[in-house]
Amino acid sequence: MNAGASADLGPLVADLREAVGAEHVVTHDHQLRTYESDGLLQYAVTPGAVVLPGSAEEVQAVVRACHRAGVPWVARGAGSGLSGGATPVADGLLISLSRMRRILEVDLPNQRVVVEPGVTNIAVSQAVAPDHFYPPDPSSQIVCTIGGNVAENSGGAHCFKYGFTTTYVTGLEVVLPDGELVQLGGKEVDQPGPDLLGAFVGSEGTLGVATKIWLRVVPKPEAVRTLVAFFGSPTQAADVVSEIVAAGMVPGAIEMMDNLSIAAAEGYTGAGFPTDAGAALVVELDGSDAECEMRFEEVVAICEQADADSIRVAQDEAERELIWRARKAAFAAMGRIAPNYYVQDSVIPRTRLAEVLGRIAELGREYDLRVANVFHAGDGNLHPLVCYDGSVPGEAERAEECAGLIVAACVDAGGSITGEHGVGIDKKRYMPQMFTDADLGTFQRLRCAFDPDQLANPGKVMPTPRLCGEVPGPYRQHPLEQMGLAERF
Amino acid sequence: MATAEARRSAPASAAELAAELATAAEAGASVRVTGAGTKLRWAPDARPALELSTAGLDRIVEHNAGDLTAVLEAGVPLGRAQERFREAGQMLALDPPDAGGATIGGIVATNDSGPLRARYGSARDLVVGMRVALADGTVAKSGGKVIKNVAGYDLAKLFTGSYGSLGAILDVSVRLHPLPPQTATAVGHTHDTGVLARGAAALSHARLEQLGLDVRWAAGAGMVLARFGGVAAHPQAETAERLLREAGLEAELVADDESLWNAQRDGQRSPEGLVVRVSGLQTDLAELAATAERHRATLVGRAGLGLSWLRLDDGDGEPLLNELRQRHLAVVLDRPAGMSANPREPLDPGAAVLLRRVKERFDPTGTLV
Repeated sequence: MNAGASADLGPLVADLREAVGAEHVVTHDHQLRTYESDGLLQYAVTPGAVVLPGSAEEVQAVVRACHRAGVPWVARGAGSGLSGGATPVADGLLISLSRMRRILEVDLPNQRVVVEPGVTNIAVSQAVAPDHFYPPDPSSQIVCTIGGNVAENSGGAHCFKYGFTTTYVTGLEVVLPDGELVQLGGKEVDQPGPDLLGAFVGSEGTLGVATKIWLRVVPKPEAVRTLVAFFGSPTQAADVVSEIVAAGMVPGAIEMMDNLSIAAAEGYTGAGFPTDAGAALVVELDGSDAECEMRFEEVVAICEQADADSIRVAQDEAERELIWRARKAAFAAMGRIAPNYYVQDSVIPRTRLAEVLGRIAELGREYDLRVANVFHAGDGNLHPLVCYDGSVPGEAERAEECAGLIVAACVDAGGSITGEHGVGIDKKRYMPQMFTDADLGTFQRLRCAFDPDQLANPGKVMPTPRLCGEVPGPYRQHPLEQMGLAERF
Repeated sequence: MATAEARRSAPASAAELAAELATAAEAGASVRVTGAGTKLRWAPDARPALELSTAGLDRIVEHNAGDLTAVLEAGVPLGRAQERFREAGQMLALDPPDAGGATIGGIVATNDSGPLRARYGSARDLVVGMRVALADGTVAKSGGKVIKNVAGYDLAKLFTGSYGSLGAILDVSVRLHPLPPQTATAVGHTHDTGVLARGAAALSHARLEQLGLDVRWAAGAGMVLARFGGVAAHPQAETAERLLREAGLEAELVADDESLWNAQRDGQRSPEGLVVRVSGLQTDLAELAATAERHRATLVGRAGLGLSWLRLDDGDGEPLLNELRQRHLAVVLDRPAGMSANPREPLDPGAAVLLRRVKERFDPTGTLV
């Protein structure tokens, strides 16, 4: 259904060809289809055209042309996101940053790396090896791009200790939706004024497109110790997590898998995890040799006292990698359990873990669906995978409904609808569970300051479309709003 | 418009503060939001019609020890919150200089920080949620109470370093950290700015996990201080001591190290004089120490982050400030009478325009000064 869209974009396409070269503008329907989804395949929209700029100047020319023509656009990195944040807009433009993958500078004396947005996450750590690394490590780090990480404020297994993308971005060059090029921050930290840089990171492509990114890298820890302990139930493992934290430790990572995830991952990787275990807890400590050694003994003791069925301590790097492979394979391995799954990434206060897991199990029974749980236990970031068979009529809808109730349970427990995947298109409907109309209206003020015409990634993050007025006056609720029948512009 | 004498008000609740702010905005009065007033000299000169104090918002709303989080009203003095956290073996890892009474709201609004910034980041890394009142009376929150959360825009960061210019911070949710069971500090001494920089770089690039990594330069003498915390603080400090010696400094180990670090914090303030904060690079250190020396100023800095504070208690600060501004991102904090402040404008002209657009959206009546 795309022929019409291309025709509408006709004059714009001519501008784009001029700006970036005809070979970097995609308009053929079958080629456009490769961009219709990101990592969340439940959403697919064919874009009107795809453009692949090769420089900040070309991005600027493209965005300017869109601004002139009033055409909305969506920026895309590797398309590995899990919230539909890079789902295209029909009749809009998709801007792929995949050609902009140069590492512009490695400044080790100042522990900075400057990259273009299409550089992969793993490439940054590789560029500063062997003595330094770039801590944010989403599971997709081999393919996902730094530009995408900036848009989503990506986390990963190690962010309980090390923080998120926002912790490591010191500067951004951004093309604003009107085509202006601005620099927020730079190599230096704590630049004067309100933290516009911090507000941009995690804005999911709705405030502009980053064309250059300054990153902080840090020395690698001297020692890393990893173990996996198996328990009868996730509740038992959750108690262990609480004890580790109560002992004053901030482990590099604490990850938990439930029985279903263990069985799936084991079938996939053959890491030697007991498939009858109720829960697996991966604990990784890093830091100085002495500190790590003493603390690791404490962790082993805590696991033993909590009646772990077995404890496996990684004896070398190969064994550590095997443990992590099993953990990181959990998503991919779900294919062995069910043809499809629906993943959420809600967050809860860690102390509510047992209670929320109970509620998730209850929902699984109620909906007659299997729900696997793999999660970052340190920061309470769950990843419930609701398994279903898309070929059974109605089952996908049931899975989605069940997943929605899991999200609600997490918010009710004082948590968040998303810890690292972003709101995107998928979770915007849950935003009102966390935020009042006044909260959303305040978000919109930021949006309107950056993008008054709302051309950048429209239809994401905010639950309902809102327009930007000239400049907002004192807020007065319209009677229709009070009745919940209309949103304020 | 502005009157000679500001009216002062300290509403007893967030709702009252928001309402009073809105009333003032509607009447066209200018408003400055204040905490304990310990950093008023940092702000540009202004004669607001109303000084709206957060002194009445002083409740520790939540301390969730098991989750290592807390919710603090803006007017809670940091020191009082820390006492409460300490009882649970925890801390909010923000340790700016505090002669007494500095509020969490004021610290966040000015993005102030101390030596712990090296390990735990600044307010922007530790605040996980925020509630604010805008000039039109809107009360809005962003973020939440969990330490990992990407739902919605991170408005808490926008308000960090805003000096109250976009709205009044009502309360913040923060992430806490365990108090280190023991600490130890390795100190290196030198009279050579180049050796100072070499020692600092050796440690910032070492595979060590410092609680703090600071430098100091005063009257021809320099120090590098590396602090470690944990169950094995001493062995780590010994390694640092060796690295400092190898870099050419005279090194020693200090177990009872609190006073050393308090002195570092003191270097970030001058009760009567000038303090300039420089956002620089690690490799600027030798040059900055030499600049401090030339102007008879003292320097304290977070060596791994490139942040420095130059303090000049007596005499004309303009020559120092001018020299720093020519080469660095330099912001005036404490200032002597007669010198003007410059805390808000970003360097990039495009970013400055963007910031004005943000200001127009959040405070269209220009109420907040």
